[in-house]
Amino acid sequence: MTTVQIILTILAAAAATVLTRALPFFAFPADRPAPRYIRYLGDAHPGAVFGLLVVYCLRNVDLFAGAHGIPETLGILVAGGLYLWRRNMLLAIFASTALYMVLVNLVFV
Amino acid sequence: MPHADGRSHTIFAALKAAMPPTLPILAGFVFLGITCGVYSVSLDLHWWTPTLMACLIFAGSAEFVVASMPVGPFAPLQTFLTVFVVNARHLFYGLSMLEHFRGLGRKRPYLIFAQCDETFSINYSTRPPAGVDEGWFMFFVSLLDQLYWVAGCTLGGVLGSVAALNIAGVDFAMTALFVVIFLDQWLKDPSHCAHEDGDAQ
Repeated sequence: MTTVQIILTILAAAAATVLTRALPFFAFPADRPAPRYIRYLGDAHPGAVFGLLVVYCLRNVDLFAGAHGIPETLGILVAGGLYLWRRNMLLAIFASTALYMVLVNLVFV
Repeated sequence: MPHADGRSHTIFAALKAAMPPTLPILAGFVFLGITCGVYSVSLDLHWWTPTLMACLIFAGSAEFVVASMPVGPFAPLQTFLTVFVVNARHLFYGLSMLEHFRGLGRKRPYLIFAQCDETFSINYSTRPPAGVDEGWFMFFVSLLDQLYWVAGCTLGGVLGSVAALNIAGVDFAMTALFVVIFLDQWLKDPSHCAHEDGDAQ
């Protein structure tokens, strides 16, 4: 993409983000509680999106060639395990990324 | 020292009160911002692109996804729809903050614009100390969080460009981030059904 196109892409993303943040304030201006199904979606939805995002991040992983997805598997296990154990997001992300980088750069070359 | 008038004292007190709760976010956003900046630049984006995204979008997961788009064809509608889906959880944050943001006048547009996951968590659950103006407190929480994020992304963008930091694997931080947030949501959700639906797609 050209620089102008990149900026337009960013603006499109910004517009979408602002819409997700502002829409509730336009949809529910008066003092009325959101319907029950809306509230259910609010609880259920984030997990589904982040599950999808994890799958999206792994879209290029080839299980039958190269490192066979082992660095990714170990990285995810470490990230998940560390977070469940210590409940510290930074630690989980940092340690799993460091492990992944070691595996990808030094082990599975 | 000149005697500060009441209003600026109120504002300054709110700024001071907003700093401690945002300290954990300072560390997280600077680290993750650097990662996002380095990742973006490793995809041959300009050094200032992460900064621009941090100022205009201010949504980490979406920025990681958007950073990978310039290698593909120019498709703004697709970008818009993708980011809308990725950020759709913010629709529900807004629902939770309907009452909190009432009557805050000119602070409201920025408060709404800057409501990312972490800012929402603090503004939803943390009340400022007694005597501190709640509207200004939330405003500064939002502003500080965005400053941390912009600083991190800028650092990453500059470092990544200057040092040609092309060490493979830095982008795994994005995968790790989503795994951690997924687990965080999983732990809070009693039924777990919706997550399996997401993975099955």
